[in-house]
This record gives sequence, structure tokens and C-alpha cells, in this order.
Amino acid sequence: MSPPVIEIRGVTKSFGELQVLGGIDLAVEEHEAVALIGASGSGKSTLLRCVDLLTEIDDGDIFLDGEVITDPSVDPVGVRRRLGLIFQAYNLFPHLNVLDNVVLGIHKGQGVPRSEAEAAARELLARFGLDGREDDNPERLSGGQQQRVAIARAFAARPRAMLLDEITSALDPELVGDVLRAVRELKGEGVTMLLATHEMGFAREVADRVGFLHEGRLVEVGPPEQVLEDPQTPETRKFLRRLLDAGRA
Amino acid sequence: MTDRRAERAAERRRRDRRGLLIATVSTVVVIGGLALAILTSPGWEDVQRTFFSWEVFRDSFPDIFKAFWLDIRVFMVAEVAILILGLIVALARTSTAPALFPLRLIAVVYTDVFRGIPTILLVYLIGFGVPALVSSSTESGGALDWLPTEPVILGGIALTLSYGAYVAEVYRAGLRSVHPSQREAALAVGLTERQSMRHVVLPQAVRSVGPPLLNDFIALQKDVALIAIIGVTGEAFRQAQIATAADFNYTPLLGAALLYLAVTIPLARMLDRWQRSRDR
Amino acid sequence: MSERRPLVFLLALLAGVAMLVVAGCGDDDSDSGSGSATTGTVSLDDCTPDSLETLSSGTLTVATDSPAFPPYFEDDDPTNGQGFESAVAYAIADKLGYAESDVEWVVEPFNSSYRPGPKDFDFDVNQISITPKRAEAVDFSSPYYTADQALVALRGSGFENATSLADFADASIGVQIGTTSLEAVEASIQPSSEPRVFDTSNDVVSALKQGQVDAIVVDVPTAFFLTAVQVPKGEIVGQFPAPGGDEWGALLAKDSPLTGCVSAAIDELESTGELEELTQRWISDAAQAPVLE
Repeated sequence: MSPPVIEIRGVTKSFGELQVLGGIDLAVEEHEAVALIGASGSGKSTLLRCVDLLTEIDDGDIFLDGEVITDPSVDPVGVRRRLGLIFQAYNLFPHLNVLDNVVLGIHKGQGVPRSEAEAAARELLARFGLDGREDDNPERLSGGQQQRVAIARAFAARPRAMLLDEITSALDPELVGDVLRAVRELKGEGVTMLLATHEMGFAREVADRVGFLHEGRLVEVGPPEQVLEDPQTPETRKFLRRLLDAGRA
Repeated sequence: MTDRRAERAAERRRRDRRGLLIATVSTVVVIGGLALAILTSPGWEDVQRTFFSWEVFRDSFPDIFKAFWLDIRVFMVAEVAILILGLIVALARTSTAPALFPLRLIAVVYTDVFRGIPTILLVYLIGFGVPALVSSSTESGGALDWLPTEPVILGGIALTLSYGAYVAEVYRAGLRSVHPSQREAALAVGLTERQSMRHVVLPQAVRSVGPPLLNDFIALQKDVALIAIIGVTGEAFRQAQIATAADFNYTPLLGAALLYLAVTIPLARMLDRWQRSRDR
Repeated sequence: MSERRPLVFLLALLAGVAMLVVAGCGDDDSDSGSGSATTGTVSLDDCTPDSLETLSSGTLTVATDSPAFPPYFEDDDPTNGQGFESAVAYAIADKLGYAESDVEWVVEPFNSSYRPGPKDFDFDVNQISITPKRAEAVDFSSPYYTADQALVALRGSGFENATSLADFADASIGVQIGTTSLEAVEASIQPSSEPRVFDTSNDVVSALKQGQVDAIVVDVPTAFFLTAVQVPKGEIVGQFPAPGGDEWGALLAKDSPLTGCVSAAIDELESTGELEELTQRWISDAAQAPVLE
């Protein structure tokens, strides 16, 4: 039994007085997609950033393929090269064209020769429906297209796991579909994923397990049919009912 | 339909023409009025002879023009040195590694000191102070003999130190203007801190600092004239001063001014155009 | 369209400036060519404090620069009558009928002494050389001194042993701006590198002391003061005449009504031998430096 790709044990994180993560235990197995749902400020983004070592945890451990990554002696660069993070605000590099956005990480970060990197990048962009846009400035693309570039950029290095931080929250509803399709494709390939999302329908479709994050604790974790249709804990039920009322479930 | 369009177009043209006419007339009236007031004032003849003498201009201009070449050369070399020095200081100031603390401290002190001293004072201090140091060191062993004593070089060094401090601040503002999420995105795709600075943050910072740097560039072109005070004869302002003091006529200074304008005005227009294109 | 308006404005502005310059074309020679000494036409008897249109009636206002250097002034105080130019000024005042207490001194920096418009003084003594070009902008009195140029070098530089001007052809030479020394250097020495021109005589002296220049050229009396006091290691290598001669005169406003009288006073001092006496007293060593060719 190989260790889970990502394992989070007892992770806590506070920003000043405010405790955002109060002891998280979660494992993401190979090929598994785990969705995190919860109210804004519940700690979903923070958790993902902690996994990618962009934010330093206060207590606990995080493991990648069984090896601890949150130890000060571990080089964060190497860890980040094995993970792919996609941001809610896309964060593409505006001074590079679409192709170079995807190429930069694998060429400079992974050391892949430029021609190879470019070929790989083109292939990925085509796969996500962006061929023909390689030379464009990212700012000329629609939100959905930019997010797909971001997905290609994160996936280009074939990371051990992808971290998706509410990647559709900033998009107009009609653009969400294309992005979800790209993620579905990745899932179909068996990519290990940890995703934070507002889209219940998406969670239902893509996730193998759903975790509800409430005030910094994972209150309930289970298969989507359970957590989303038949939640066991009162907090989860209250949250879902609110969403229903707001028309988001 | 098209009649209305033609009507509207004609009306617009008429209004534009009227506007242009009013602008022209008012300009001519104001400028003309000023000119008239100046030309008919008593003492104008004297002022005209001492400041706007065509003869003196014609006689003195060739030397001043030739000397301006030195200004241009000093300014080109200094500008490159300033851009490099400013970047180094800015990077030193924005570094976070504890081991680089002494460097950071030096950078802060440097910026405060050299932005705080008037450039002319600096040119004077360095232009006269360094040779004094060198000559007194020569008498006692020559430890500082390697320091340059050529006034052009010393003047250039003074300008570089002075403007380097301003430019460093411009770079710093530029670096800060790049959103931290860009650095994070760079790290997230697997770049090291240094790579993320070099490939993501710095290129964006440099783009945004273009206009303010050009502004400093224009100011530098004028301050090159300051090297005149440490005895650099072959410099345009100095030549103009010499001619002025020799014949008691200020027109050569006007000639020098025209030369500076010939360089700074096109740059200023370029700056305007650049800023406009960025706003768009 | 919005592009045209600034252009129109710019053209109108340029036209205005051009007008200012062109309006004077041909006027340059309309004024009297030389406003210098009008000797012979004014009698000293007609010059009295009552008849002279001084700045302030009954008072003679004399200007010089600050700091005021020996041997032309002493202790930076023109009122003590010490120093060549201070003495000459008081002698002129005396000839015009002013008591010592009627003389007021003001400071006038060299660079502003020749600007157009009314002056803040009646006349200015500041080692100012008379040239025809300068006489177009100001009035000069009769000359009260003829200055030669002196070369000063540091002992130990090698240049102190020079015997001819040609020995300085490859030297770096310092001069002060606005003095005829620059022309003298360029005409008589023709150095291979450009002479260094400094703003003040202090800067020239510094340059010599720091070894920034191999030698400096100043007028002879200044050279004597320099080597005696400011640069003890300096030596006067020799003197040479400035091209076309170098005569100093008092500076007055263009077409000043006082020029005739001041000139008459100086001429009187000259003919009675008083001027020579003052020169001997304050700049007596002038004859002692070897003449270089």
C-alpha cells in the first residue's frame, strides 16, 4: 500500500489572533480527487497554500508521497515542482504571451530544453481548446481562457498532485463550463487533485470525496452522495441549506 | 438619414474651425501683447543687446556647440552607470535574506545620504575633495593614489552617486508595484526565488518604471552642466560662461540653453507619448 | 484635432521668441562703439559732490566683489583704505571732492556687475580688464593699472624651472573665469590640453595645491600674494604680457554721467604721480619676476 500522495496531519495556522486552521487531518490517495467545501474564510485557500508551501504552517505536518515537506530542512522549490497550484485570480504572467506562460515553469524550473518545452506546451494548450492563441497576450483572453492557460501551466510539469483554489469563482457563469470540462479531463486521466470549490455540482461530479471545512476544522468528510445529499453533521446541514436557499446547490 | 449625418458632420467641422480660430487669435493676442509690452519697454534695447544679440550668438555658438558633445558623452556614460547602480541598490534594499543585512543597511544609508545632498554640492565635494585626499595621501605613502582625479570623471561619479539614489527609489517603487501574487505564481510553477525575481517580477517592474526613469534621464541631461564648476572647460555651459564673462554679454548662455532644450524637449515628448500609450 | 492646438501655440511662441532676437538685428552697432574714457572733454574742476549725479547725492558708492583679496584689498574690508584698489578708490574719491566718510562700499559679484539696467553703485573696482566688446555693455574709466600675467607652479613639480612659455605647452593650466588669463594662456602658451577654468580664485588656488593642475596663470599682483601667503610651495616662474595688453579700469553703467569725471580723476592721479606711488606701495614687487617669452 503506497502512502497517500498528500497527507495532512494536525495542521494548524493562525494569522495573528485569528486561527484559520485548527487541526486538519486529511489524506489524498493517488488518482483521488478530494473537494473542500465551506464558507469563505473557512480556511480552504489557506490549506491549499500551506500544502504548496506558500504559507508556513504553525503546527502539524504535511507529507508528499510519504515524505515530510513542512520540515525547515526541506527545500520548498523541489516540493513545489512536484505540485501544481491554480489560483482563483489565474495570476498569469502579463509580460509573457500565452505559450511562454506555460513554458516558463518547465523550462526554467524543471530544466526542460526550450524546444521540448514549447512542444509540450502547445500540445497542452491545444488539448484545452486554446490552439491558435499561443502568441496572444494573456490579458486579451476571456477569463475562462485565462484559467485554462493557468491549468495548462500548472499541469505542464505533470505534478504528483494538482491544487485547485476555487478556480471558477472569479468567472462569469457562461465561462465556467469550459474550465470544468478541462478539469474533468484531467480527472479522467487520473490526476490526483485537492480542490476548493463553491460549485456543488462540480464537486458532486468530479470528487471522490468531499470535505466540509467549518471554522478551521474538517467537520465532515465522505463521498459526495453522503456529504452533499445526506450530511451527517448539523454544521454541514446548515451550510448546505443556506446554499440551497441562495440557489447555489 | 444621411442628410442628418452630413449636417452633424458639417456642424462639428464648423465648431472645430471656430475653436481653432479662437485658439489662434487668443494665442497671437497674448503672445503678441507680451512681445509688444517687452519690445516697447524702456531698457529693452539694453536687455536685447545683452541677452539676444545675434552677433554674439553667431560668434560664440560654434565653440559652445562643439563643447556640448562632451555633455552628451558624459550624460550617456553616467546614465548607464546610474541605471546599473540604482538597480543594485534597489535589489539590496528589497532583499530579505538575513545574511544580506549589512548590504541592506549600506543601501539605506546610501539612498538617504545621496538624495539628501544637493547635486551641485556633491559635484563640488567630490570634484575638489577627492584630489585633495589623493594629494595628501601621495605625500604620506600613496595609499589612495588609485582614485581618479580627472574632473570629468569625478563629476561623472558625483552625478552617478546622486542620481543613482533617486533611480534606486524608482526601481523600488516599481518592484513594489508588481503584485505579490505574481511572485507566488512564479514560485508555484517551480521557480526559485531568484528565478522568480529575474523572470517574473523584475521584467514587470522595469516596464512600469520606464516613464519615471525617463523623467530622471531628462533631469540628468541638465545637471551634466554642473561639472563646469570643477573646472571642466570643454563643457557647453562652461564655454558659454567663459564667453559671457569675457565680453559682458549673456547671449552665449542663451545659446547653451538652446542646446540643452534641443535634447530635453524631444525626450519629454517621447515621455508623454510613452505615458499615453500605457494609459490606453 | 486636439493635436493641432498645442502645435499652433508652439508656433506662435517660437514666432514670439524669433521676433525678440530679430528685432535687434542691426541695432548692435547703433550705440557708441566704445564707451570708455572720455578724457580731455571733462575738467576735474567741474566734478564736485554737488554736481555729480551719484546714486545718493553727497555720497560716492563704490563696489567690489566679496571676498576682496590682497593685494587689492586687505582683510576683506574695502573701507580700511588698504590694498591697491581700495587706495585707488579713495584717491579717486578725494580728487572728486569726497571725504573718506562720504565713500560707501557695496558688494557686487563679478557676474552681475555687467548686467543691463541701473547699477547699485557709482563705479566698480574689481580687477576688471577693459576690452572693446565689454565697452559695448558698460562704461570704463581711464585705466588705472596695466596687468601682466604670471605663471605660478609648485616647487617640486618641475615646472618651476621653466625658462620659456613653450615649456608649458604640455602642462595642465588653471585660470579663473572672466579674467583675461584664459585668453593669455591660449594666445601665448597654446597648451596641448584645454586649460581648466574655475569659478573663483579660491578654486584656482585649490587646484594648484591639490596638484589638479601643473601651473596656474593669474595676474602678477595676485601671483605675489598667492605665493607669499596662500600657497607657500608655489613659485612665480615668470611673467608675460597679456595679448593686446591688459588694462584695468573702473566699471560704470553704460553712458553713466560719472564716467568723464572718474576718468578725469584717474588721469590726474596719473599725471601727478600718485597712481605710480600707490602702485609701488601695494604692488611693488611686480617688476621682480623674470619675463618669459
